[in-house]
Parts: sequence; C-alpha cells; structure tokens
Amino acid sequence: MADIRSDFIGIRSPNPFWLASAPPTDKAYNVERAFRAGWGGVVWKTLGLDPHIVNVNGPRYGVVYGADRRVLGMNNIELITDRPLAVNLAEIKQVKRDWPDRAMVVSLMVPCDEESWRGILAEVEDTGADGVELNFGCPHGMSERGMGSAVGQVPDYIEMVTRWCKANTRMPVIVKLTPNITDIRYPARAAKKGGADAVSLINTVSSITSVDLDSFSPEPSIDGKGSHGGYCGPAVKPIALNMVAEIARDPDCAGLPISGIGGITTWRDAAEFMALGAGNVQVCTAAMTYGFRVVQEMAAGLEAWMAEKGHADLAAITGRAVPNVTDWQHLNLNFVTKARIDQEACIKCGRCFAACEDTSHQAIAIKPGRVFEVIDEECVACNLCVNVCPVENCITMERLAPGATDPRTGRTVPAEHGDWTTHPNNPGRVAAE
Amino acid sequence: MTASQTAKPAETAAASHPDSSGAARTPGIAPGRLPPERLAGNFADLHPPLSAHEALVAADRCYFCHDAPCVTACPTGIDIPMFIRQIAAERPVEAARTIFEANILGGICARVCPTETLCEEACVRETAEGKPVEIGRLQRFATDAQMATGAHPFARAAETGRRIAVVGAGPAGLAAAHRLAMLGHGVTVYDAREKPGGLNEYGIAAYKAVGGFAGREVDWLLGIGGITIRHGRLGAELTLDALAAGHDAVLLAMGLAGVNALGAAGEELPGARPATAFIAELRQAADLSALPVGRNVVVVGGGMTAIDAAVQSKLLGAETVTIVYRRGRGSMPASRVEQDHAAAAGVAFRFWARPVAALGEGALREVEFEYTRAGDAGLEGTGETFRLPADQLFTAIGQVLEGAPEGIALERGKIAVDAEGRSSRPGVWAAGDCAAGGDDLTVTAVAEGRDAAMSIHRSLTGD
Ligand SMILES: Cc1cc2nc3c(=O)[nH]c(=O)nc-3n(C[C@H](O)[C@H](O)[C@H](O)COP(=O)(O)OP(=O)(O)OC[C@H]3O[C@@H](n4cnc5c(N)ncnc54)[C@H](O)[C@@H]3O)c2cc1C
Ligand SMILES: Cc1cc2nc3c(=O)[nH]c(=O)nc-3n(C[C@H](O)[C@H](O)[C@H](O)COP(=O)(O)O)c2cc1C
Ligand code: SF4
Repeated sequence: MADIRSDFIGIRSPNPFWLASAPPTDKAYNVERAFRAGWGGVVWKTLGLDPHIVNVNGPRYGVVYGADRRVLGMNNIELITDRPLAVNLAEIKQVKRDWPDRAMVVSLMVPCDEESWRGILAEVEDTGADGVELNFGCPHGMSERGMGSAVGQVPDYIEMVTRWCKANTRMPVIVKLTPNITDIRYPARAAKKGGADAVSLINTVSSITSVDLDSFSPEPSIDGKGSHGGYCGPAVKPIALNMVAEIARDPDCAGLPISGIGGITTWRDAAEFMALGAGNVQVCTAAMTYGFRVVQEMAAGLEAWMAEKGHADLAAITGRAVPNVTDWQHLNLNFVTKARIDQEACIKCGRCFAACEDTSHQAIAIKPGRVFEVIDEECVACNLCVNVCPVENCITMERLAPGATDPRTGRTVPAEHGDWTTHPNNPGRVAAE
Repeated sequence: MTASQTAKPAETAAASHPDSSGAARTPGIAPGRLPPERLAGNFADLHPPLSAHEALVAADRCYFCHDAPCVTACPTGIDIPMFIRQIAAERPVEAARTIFEANILGGICARVCPTETLCEEACVRETAEGKPVEIGRLQRFATDAQMATGAHPFARAAETGRRIAVVGAGPAGLAAAHRLAMLGHGVTVYDAREKPGGLNEYGIAAYKAVGGFAGREVDWLLGIGGITIRHGRLGAELTLDALAAGHDAVLLAMGLAGVNALGAAGEELPGARPATAFIAELRQAADLSALPVGRNVVVVGGGMTAIDAAVQSKLLGAETVTIVYRRGRGSMPASRVEQDHAAAAGVAFRFWARPVAALGEGALREVEFEYTRAGDAGLEGTGETFRLPADQLFTAIGQVLEGAPEGIALERGKIAVDAEGRSSRPGVWAAGDCAAGGDDLTVTAVAEGRDAAMSIHRSLTGD
C-alpha cells in the first residue's frame, strides 16, 4: 500500500490529481461531476472582472491527430470565463462547502493594477476557496489586452503582481507560468521574489495547428481567419517536463513548490512530472478527450506503482530524478554502448538499415536472408535504430565494459568518468586532477 | 489470415442455409433455390471496400520497410510501401498511379490475388503478429479512387507506326496491349469470346469482382487509346502466319481454353460438366435466380476452380456440396484461406478418393469414388469404393492449352518462352497461362504480359 494523499503548500487533497483551470472546471456542474469521478482538486476556470468577456462563436479548438484520430495535441482560442463573476463565486462557495476534502483553487486574471487584484481577492476569500492561481499564462486573446502571458513574459510584472496578491490575501498564491518564453527560470525566480507559495506550469504553447489548403485559413478557422491559439495535450509534455526540471534544479528557485502541468494523460506521465520536482499535477486535455473517469486509472496506477516500488508516500518520489538532470558538459563520455540486434525478435523490416545507412553512420549491414547486423567499427551508439525499430527490445544498447576496446575508435574504454570539461578537444577544459 | 477474410464466409454460410420450405429441396437441377434477396447477399462483395478512415488506419500500420519483402513477393513488383504512404498522406489517386505503373490491372488484382500467399504473406507484420498490413484492400481503395475520377492515368506516347497483334484479351493480353499502346504502338487484340477480359470476365468468382468490375476495368484500360479489340479465334479464322505477316510482332496470350477430361465412365451424362463452363455461365447470368443448380453437387479437383465452383453452388442454394480431392488436404493447390472460405460457406471435403463412374439413367444421380493412397509408384487406388448422391458433377482437374499454333515449341503442354517471353518463333511472344513457367494467377499473367510488351518494344525500337 502506498499513500497518495497530497498536501501541496498546505492545500490537502485525497490524491495529487487536480483539474487544470479550463473548460472542465468552468462551473459547478462539471466540478461536482469531476469530484464524483475522483479528482483530488480543481483550479476553477479563470475569473475576470465584469463585464465578463465573450468567446468566439465558431470553433475554438484545433487538433493534431496521430493514427486512428488519436488526439496528440490540441490548441484553443478560448478566453477566460464568459460568465458573470457573481455566478462563479456563488458556485465556488457552494461546491467547496459540499466537498470540503477536495482542493478548490481559483484562477484569476484581472488588469495590471493593484485595485483590481485587491478587489477580486477579497471576493474569492469569501467563498472559502483554498487558494488562488494567478493566470500569467494564456498566450491568446487576453494577452492582447495586457493580461495572461503579456504579464508572464515580463518577470518584473510577475514579481509586482505576486507581491500585491500576497499583500492582499491570506490564501496561498500559485503563479501559473507561460512556456512562451526563452528561459523559464526568470519568471519562476520573479514569482519567488514576489513571495509566491508555488508556481504551476505549463500553460499552453502559442501555436497554429494547421492550415486549410483550400481556403488558406489557419485552423481553427473563424470566418476564413485564424488567430494563434494555445497548444496542449501529449505533444507538449516533453516541453513541460524540461521546464519543470529547469526550475526544480535552479538554485535560485530552491524550495519553490511546483504544480506540474502539460500533457499528463496517464499515471506514468504524472509520476514523471513528480520525479522531476512537481509536488502535484494538473490535467486538462486528457479530461477533455476522454472524460473525467481517466482519473481513476491515474490514481490506481500511481498507487500501484508506488506500492510495487516501495515508495510510501508522494514525498518519497517528488524530485527523485532532479539530481540526475545535469548539463551536457557533465555527461560521461566514457560510457560507450553499441547497438545489438536480437535476431530472434527481428522481423526483417529493415528500418534500422534505412535509418542508419541514409541518415546516421552506415553501421548496419544486410547479410544474406535479410539478416541485419551492427558493424561495431561504425556504430556511434546514437540509438536511432532502437527508436525506429517497430519491435520493442529487438534492438538494445549494450555497454562496453571498462577495459574493452571500442572497435570504432580503437581505444580502451576507461573505467573512470570523463566528460567535456576535461576533454582534450575542449579549448576551455579544466585540468583533470 | 486476416479477420476480414474470415468474417464474410461465416455470414454467407448462415445466409446460404436453405429454407426448410420452398424450393431449396427441389430434386434435380433447378433454378431459384433461394429467394432473390438471399442471392444478392450471398454474391455481395467478399471483402467490402475500406472506408476513407479505415484506409488511413490500415495504411498507418505499414512500416515502410527497406527493400520491402512484400514488393519482392508481388509478381508485378508494385512499390507497395510507397503507395501505402501516399494513401496515408491522403493522396489515394497518386497512390493508384504508383500501382498502375507496375500493374495496370491493379484493380482486379486487388480483388482476386491470393494475397495470403503473395504480398501479405511476406509482410513483416505477418511475421511479427500474424496480422499483415491489408495490402490487397488498400490497393483496392487506391485503385477505386483513381477509377472513380473517370480519367485514365497515363498519356500515350507519339504513334510509332508499329503494329502488334495480341491473341487473347485476358489479363496477360490486356496488360501487354496497354503497355504497347502507351509506348505509341498500335495494338489489335483478337479474342474468341464475345467479351474481353478473359477469366476476369468468365472465370473469377462472382463475389470477388462485383458490379461488372471486369468490364468496367477493360473500358477504363482502353482509355489509353491505340488499342482495337476484334472478335477472332486463332486456329479458326485467324492463323499465326497471317497475323505475323500483317504485324510487326505477335503476342500469344490465349490462356488455357481446354479442360482435362475425367476419364470416368458416364462422364457424358447430363449434369456432368467442366467447372469452368458452369462458372462462365454463372458470371454471365443476368439473373442468378434463373440459374439452375443441383440439390446435391459434387466437385472433383483441388484448385481455385474447384473451390469457386463449390462455393458458388452452395451460395446458389445447393443443399449439399462436396469437394472430392484425390490426395490429402496439404497437397491441395488451393490455399488454406480458400479452403477455409469454402468450409465456412458449408462445402464438405473428402480427401484421398478419385471418381470412377458417373451413374444415372438419362441424368446424373450418383458418383462412385475409389479410395486412394500414396503408393510407391505414385497415387494408387485401394479398390474400396463409395458413392455420393449428385445431380451435378463439376470437374476441375486442370485447364490445358488449346489451339496452340503449329510449329511453336511447347514445354510441358504450354508455349515455351525465354525470360523475356519470346517463343521459339522469331517475332512471336507468349505470356500468361498459355506460356510455360509462373503460377496460373491473374497477377502473374499481368507481369508476363507487361514484360513481353517491353521485350517487343525493345526489339522494335532497338532501345
Ligand atoms: C475458375 C477460376 C478462378 C480463378 N480465380 C483466380 C483468383 O481468384 N485469383 C487469381 O489470381 N487467379 C485466378 N484464376 C487464374 C486466373 O484467372 C488466370 O491465371 C488468368 O486469367 C490468366 O490470364 P491470361 O490472360 O493468361 O488468360 P485468360 O484469362 O484465360 O485469357 C485468355 C483469353 O484468350 C482468349 N482465347 C483463348 N483461346 C483463343 C484463341 N484460340 N483465339 C483467340 N482468343 C482466344 C480467351 O477467350 C480469353 O479471353 C482463376 C482461374 C479460374 C479458371
Ligand atoms: C480550452 C482550454 C481553455 C483553457 N483555459 C485556461 C484558462 O482559462 N486559464 C488557465 O490558466 N489555463 C487555461 N488553459 C490551459 C490549461 O489549464 C493547461 O495549462 C494546459 O491545457 C496544459 O495542460 P494539458 O496538457 O493537460 O491540457 C486552457 C486550456 C484549454 C485546452
Ligand atoms: S546506434 Fe546509431 S550508429 Fe549505431 S547502429 Fe544504431 S543507428 Fe547506426
């Protein structure tokens, strides 16, 4: 048995799976259904000041499909809530009262003046919500009005608004970051300086999903025109994982809790985010694609994996992979591997050959009878053959033991670590002691 | 075998079960054993076409293999990974062009090729998971899409002034004629039958080429221009000498018009006939409910013709249909998929037996068989016999070359050819079933016809 109860900056929930601020958390009807399905908490769909905004009345979403119309990535041009503030606040209050054990965080986006923030914070506090999330992330629409990612792209603004909020509420403040920035550490540091209790990331990535080649309109198309939207779903997970890791290992952000978001679809995705430093996770696209019940697989899978591996609670996994994220220059160049093809498992498609011959190092030979073999003298261990092979574990990378000779270089594989910092070809090398 | 291949026979088996009342048990040979709507269902498309979405999903399974084994396994060498990739990229018409470049009869081949022993057998996903990429159905998807445009995919080269005679408008003759015409030569195709198409029109099982596909395909193929089809029989009104004198080259592509005789007593009784004749009649029948079939049908043979005659008898409403083969199941030329298809349709199999007499007074009533075994000197009878009730007896023990012109060398009963399809007589080529070598398959006939055309072209132009 493993304990997956979560305590994120003092906000408790029965599991670490929250619904991210988006259509799934738009109103009481959805949120109550989500709680019934088992979600640990929600970040309510971003509130703004009245008069409430309006959305487009044509398509809001565009999708990138994989095989069999599997949703790989989704983009949206939806804005924040399009309902009156009072309606949202009343519903938040009622849902929190009825579901006291679930996390209720309210996402906010108001103009960049202290008065606006002070006013809305007081109203949210009155609902009994557990915390607020400052939406500095949405890259479309609201950013044209000086909000969302327009704030998130300027670290000074992040710090300033965060400080206002901390000064005007007793609730924990989470700052939601935009990935549409060169170095994610700067906005994270700004949030920390402003006093944020945590950061959450990523919001969506600016994107155009496709172009209609008849009308020459970007998709989703509104009357022949399109505007960039925000990209999310499985396709953005690698970008989000890296950003979470960058913050987790940044000395200036030490101790800053992270709520991980971006493409989380199964328990495994969640576990990876947490291993890279996320204290909990938020999910949007997976719920929008498959419905609320996916949380049951996530919770059961995470619990089972933790029990199997002997991880007692979430603290036991959070940040466990962070020490292993390093800079390229520290990677061990004396770790030498070669591709090995399991002839029993090989189905003779020849994809490894085509890939290596045309685009890599000409290190695979075709022997009579379509037998594919690695030429150790040429193999640089790039892994491409493993990546393109359709059979799992048919091609593996095997390490050359220290003391063995690498047939490609003719050199003996050293036992000790050796990286770029000390490499003779590095003009700026440091002397190996 | 793919799931789709098993699904259909099971349905037809249920659909073909005769009603307990009505015409199903009418003795003798009678039409209308099944109501028209049941016949329509029984003779519907064996492998229904893929929808656009299904095609995308099926195409996505292709690994785009290096030097793909499926291409090697296809007698016409279609660039299969390329055409499947074109389908995946939503360009089915261009995919079809890739197919037609290698095999102008890619449409019928997509329907009739025993893919389980050709491309799909070689597919690495067959090796990996016993479930190959559905190459045949994808090929049909692409070729159907191109043919639906109504346009012919190729343009004819400028007239060369050369004239070539092709004897036989089956797959071999048509493939050759198309290639020659495309290269600018003038082609006249002579065929003894009323309609062109060869066995596509008169032989292939009806549920493999529904909706008059064979005829539509010929019309489409002739869209290249430069091809004239004439009625005429070599050995009767046509002679090879006359054809050779009037043309720059002659291609013999006359298939196998004759059949082996059973050599059993009573073989001339009404009710006993070659399976190919029954199938040709069925293929040409405007109304299947007017086509008579026996209550009890016996088919002798073990190849594709035997299977098709048996299955179609069953689908017409015969109460019992039995295939009797003189050796064991493993020796049957029909593939396992075809055997299973027949079994699923309700056809019974008897092995190790050969017919000795067709019995009946004025009409066939029974067939007597003798059990066989593999002896030291080959197959031998055991002396033990049994009888099967039979209103109809279809013989399907092989087709033979008929009307081969004098003075042309034969090899095991077929026209001897070299690797390019040249016969022993200069200026005369042969391709398809009538030529020695190669399996008797539609796709092989297409490959041989195309290659012979290229050989003719080279000999005429010196290229
Ligand atoms: C019942 C049956 C089912 C089959 N099913 C399949 C199948 O499912 N898949 C598959 O791949 N193959 C199948 N085959 C085999 C396939 O049909 C042949 O291999 C293919 O048709 C051979 O093509 P061809 O052009 O050589 O000959 P044919 O198709 O036989 O064409 C020959 C043409 O020549 C004409 N001809 C003959 N003699 C003369 C003459 N003296 N003068 C002028 N014209 C003449 C004929 O009228 C005919 O039109 C089947 C065969 C049969 C009999
Ligand atoms: C239709 C849609 C609307 C969204 N609206 C908001 C919003 O109002 N406020 C916000 O902070 N994030 C919003 N997001 C971003 C999500 O909360 C989340 O950060 C992003 O989708 C990445 O997570 P995912 O990959 O699990 O979807 C929205 C996302 C979608 C798809
Ligand atoms: S690891 Fe890279 S270099 Fe080595 S065989 Fe595979 S593809 Fe070629």
